[in-house]
Amino acid sequence: MMNNLYLADITRGIFKENPIFRLVLGMCPTLAITVLVKNGLGMGLAVIAVLTCSNVVISSLRRFIPEQVRIPCYIVIIATFVTIIEMVLQAFVPALYDALGVFVPLIVVNCIILGRAEAFAGKQPVLRSLFDGIGSGLGFTLGLLLLSLVREVFGSGTLLAETNFAVQLFGANFEPMRIFAQPAGAFIVLGLLLALTNIVFKRLQID
Amino acid sequence: MEKLISILFIYILVDNFVLQRFFGICPFLGVSRKMETAMGMGMAVVFVITLSTLVTWLVHYYILVPLRLEFLQLVTFILVIAGLVQLVETFLRKASPTLYQGLGIYLPLITTNCAVLAVALLAVRQDFTLLESVVFGIAASLGFWMALVIMSGIRERLDLAKVPAALQGTAITLITAGILSLAFMGFRGMLTF
Repeated sequence: MMNNLYLADITRGIFKENPIFRLVLGMCPTLAITVLVKNGLGMGLAVIAVLTCSNVVISSLRRFIPEQVRIPCYIVIIATFVTIIEMVLQAFVPALYDALGVFVPLIVVNCIILGRAEAFAGKQPVLRSLFDGIGSGLGFTLGLLLLSLVREVFGSGTLLAETNFAVQLFGANFEPMRIFAQPAGAFIVLGLLLALTNIVFKRLQID
Repeated sequence: MEKLISILFIYILVDNFVLQRFFGICPFLGVSRKMETAMGMGMAVVFVITLSTLVTWLVHYYILVPLRLEFLQLVTFILVIAGLVQLVETFLRKASPTLYQGLGIYLPLITTNCAVLAVALLAVRQDFTLLESVVFGIAASLGFWMALVIMSGIRERLDLAKVPAALQGTAITLITAGILSLAFMGFRGMLTF
């Protein structure tokens, strides 16, 4: 019984309340850094780490944070974890840190994290908030992976570029459709993916 | 002087904060349904970004750097912005009720607008001087305002169009923004640093 509750906390963030496709939150990094699958995965993992940690801390402090000043408190807690992640990325994966650029510190104002703090972690017990953080983070990461997969395959004709598993998908004569790697392509691909998930969710009647 | 003018043009047209750099997408999608709200939000953003860039620049160079507390940059900036927004709201309510009625409801939303924090961080990262930072803030927020107003004009027309069921809502808005971004790519290469 208890395990089912935790499982539901995880799957809710992935499907029913997927941050990207259902709630349409955290659009700035979603659109900006999904040029390569590697960047999408890096940003996704960073958000999972920050979201899980901030959810746990906020949930454990929920009896001590006064109602009136909860938002500034949440923001300070989140900003602390983002600073830690920023330093870790800078130290261990400098190339990824440079690729993500200013969007690493901007995780602070990612609506998903403050949204989960406000809607879930501020009211629920620690363990459930932990699983909720993992679930929402995974849902966000899956969305980033899907979007970056489409953009990388069509925009540069590669798969997992800049990693050890890089694959050139099409022949040498392939001319990449650059528009997919451009900002305009990000908007259009995400719009089409949203439409696609609308259809899929309607068919499966998940709503 | 030349640099100030080029900052202005680059961040309004060439490197538009919303359409090319993806800062502030949430309010861009959220409040662009009506022209009137777009104008209100745009004005509030110009006001807050200009002021917050000025303050965060001063805080960074006169408090954080001398004390070697640069690692607290993010926490400080977000707190300064949140405090500033609150201060502006309280001040406007007393000082100018008419202006407050126009901007009031948009002000709390601005704290989580990532464009505000992005301008503050980028101004420091690009080693802008105080004057350049302020001009950068004005340019970025004017670009945001312009994109918001153009988008709301399109969306008011879109309400009358027949959109396929699956595309309704955010999906068609994103695709419209994509086409708009495509149009702005025409400015690319006109000016660079």
